Amino acid sequence: MTSDKTEVLIVGSGFGGAIAAYHLAAGGAKVTVLERGPWLESKDFDHDFLLGSSYTRAFDFVVGDGMSVLGGNCVGGGSVVYFAAMPRAPKFVFERHGSIGRRMWPAEISRDTLEPWYDRVSESIPVTQQDWNDVTYSGGLWAAACHHSGRTANPTPVAIDNAKCTNCNWMMGGCRFDAKRSLLTNYLPAALAHGATIRPLHEVQKIERTPDGGYRVHYNIVDEVDYRVHSESGVIEAKIVILAAGAGATPVILQRSEESLGKMPHGVGRYFSGNGERLNTAILNEDKVREVLGLSREDGLAYEANQIGKGPTVACWDRLDENLPEYSRYSMEQLYFPPGLGTILAQVPGGDSPTWFGKEKKEILKRWKSWLTIFLMTEDDNEGVFGPPPPTGNAFRVSQQMLGRGALKYDPTPNTLSGWAQADAEVKEIMEKDGLAKIAPWTNDVVGAYTVHPLASCRIGDDAATSALHPNHELRDHPGIFVTDGSAVPGALTVNPAMTIAALAERAVPGIVKAAQNRGIDVKYGAPSPDGAINGRRGVTKLALSLAGD
Amino acid sequence: MTLEAYADTIVPGEKRHPDDHAIAGVSEGPGSVEAGALELLETEATGITAGLDFLVPMLNGHAKAYAEEHHRELDPSLPEFVALSYDDRVQLILRLTKNGHPEKDGWVSLALFCNMAFDSAPHLSTAQALADGHPGLLAMGISTPDEDGLWRFPNYSYGRKLAELHPDTTPSGSPA
Repeated sequence: MTSDKTEVLIVGSGFGGAIAAYHLAAGGAKVTVLERGPWLESKDFDHDFLLGSSYTRAFDFVVGDGMSVLGGNCVGGGSVVYFAAMPRAPKFVFERHGSIGRRMWPAEISRDTLEPWYDRVSESIPVTQQDWNDVTYSGGLWAAACHHSGRTANPTPVAIDNAKCTNCNWMMGGCRFDAKRSLLTNYLPAALAHGATIRPLHEVQKIERTPDGGYRVHYNIVDEVDYRVHSESGVIEAKIVILAAGAGATPVILQRSEESLGKMPHGVGRYFSGNGERLNTAILNEDKVREVLGLSREDGLAYEANQIGKGPTVACWDRLDENLPEYSRYSMEQLYFPPGLGTILAQVPGGDSPTWFGKEKKEILKRWKSWLTIFLMTEDDNEGVFGPPPPTGNAFRVSQQMLGRGALKYDPTPNTLSGWAQADAEVKEIMEKDGLAKIAPWTNDVVGAYTVHPLASCRIGDDAATSALHPNHELRDHPGIFVTDGSAVPGALTVNPAMTIAALAERAVPGIVKAAQNRGIDVKYGAPSPDGAINGRRGVTKLALSLAGD
Repeated sequence: MTLEAYADTIVPGEKRHPDDHAIAGVSEGPGSVEAGALELLETEATGITAGLDFLVPMLNGHAKAYAEEHHRELDPSLPEFVALSYDDRVQLILRLTKNGHPEKDGWVSLALFCNMAFDSAPHLSTAQALADGHPGLLAMGISTPDEDGLWRFPNYSYGRKLAELHPDTTPSGSPA
């Protein structure tokens, strides 16, 4: 077993880990990042479904009881496999009550108070507005269908360099062309430039306290090809630990650490949210696309473009209305979902049982080019709970890479089911108007509900009974341990969450720097954006002083 | 033969020859079996290869019980699941993959990989599979890549405004 020391130990290199790593390293701390996935570069990002290509190396699909979670598993985490949609969460989200019957977000956080932190992220990544020329055929079709049924539709803000994008639609396996602005293109290289160390294929198992008030973190080294194989293990000691392993893994590490660290706050491994997500698959009538919507491509086709594009480009935000009751607000976003693990969940619209497999399902597979996927982000009830942790990692690994079985249980409440049903019904109304398409939601019967945006399993909050973290992201009753990933987000956001996870991580940093200083680490807050821009820093200067308690 | 029959129930195809028992023959064109389901299931990286030796007798055991329950006469020269009609195979798989079935995980995994053999052929390199005429990828209409094996679509947009923006859109392009 190897043993080592650092000042700040960060678990995970996605948004929560990379942002903290950059600021702390730039501020002068010795930072080590442990990442359980491999370290892939743009040349490693394959256009290939072959087992063992970047597609299976870079992300994880963990099947739970009632909920399956798709997440990143590589240096850069979720940012490498996400679709780069970066909207800010609407104002009402921060006022949500959810399952606790009163405001679930900390009193000090609102859209207004988070706005300067969103600005910092927007400058750092950077995030840009799209115009209609950037919108893909599938996004355009969704916009036209929304317009046809009397609704608005918006090109979504994204972290994509459109000049480099080839619309290959392979971005879920990592961007070969460096068009997607993952953390590999901004925060992480900047963190490395300031001396941070990133160790890939290090899967953290548990944390224990050292006699001097610091922490000792235990990890296994994962084989780079067969993730089921762990070759050796080690420990590393740190004065500050930042957990950013993702909402599907951070609570599991804390659960496993309970024996050594002592009792965890009630909120650890509870209140998990799948961001209220649903996927609907429309099978388009190409003639109607031309006749009803007046659409045609350069080559004379009306659509047949499911394979072409860059993830979501257009969303309908008509239901993001603060005056609507909770659980009835949602966004409806066009999305690409590649074949493979997902396609099986598409159901035959209006078909007789079975709808997810069988001869009718094969017929819709043959019309795959005419599919349009609509992604719904609703308000769920934070009903997910993690069961006892598996022996290692956050799941029993089934496949060499990618597929595992986890201990998450998710039994949707009537509130959640009602929100899903309303959103499904509205998409049906839009897509089936005037015979445009036939549509059905993905089935939950096979692997449960499905989220690509796991949230809230160690959430921040004002109330110890319903949150795992203080509003400054420090783990309750365990000073020196912080959580900065999606698990800290209190609940579903009704939009893609990466921007909010990143903004919260930015907001958490001044407090972490202060805690590090208090533990004798010579570190300062105040780095510019990774490319040296300073507008974002200027915008948060006063807020940062306040968050650091100065 | 039993696994072929399971794969053919997930994505059915046409019989390879008149005496093909594994493939029920309820669909035109190749299905999961011809797409390489067996090759994929025997790829160790899937993690279910070692379990197949257990799944096959279990499936035939379930098929035998199903046949007795529904008074079906099974051809004794065939494995029980293969001897079931396509519709009965469907009903049995629905039962095995239903929430609450104690073996659900195993049967769902099997179905996932049988489907993937057709829709993404993860036992093959995608560009090569297309070049070699993989029946599932071709049936879905997946296009071929450029000469370097990478996909690019220079035409990708209708290139015009197609809807009104939401009135509460902020200058950053986000919802208010």
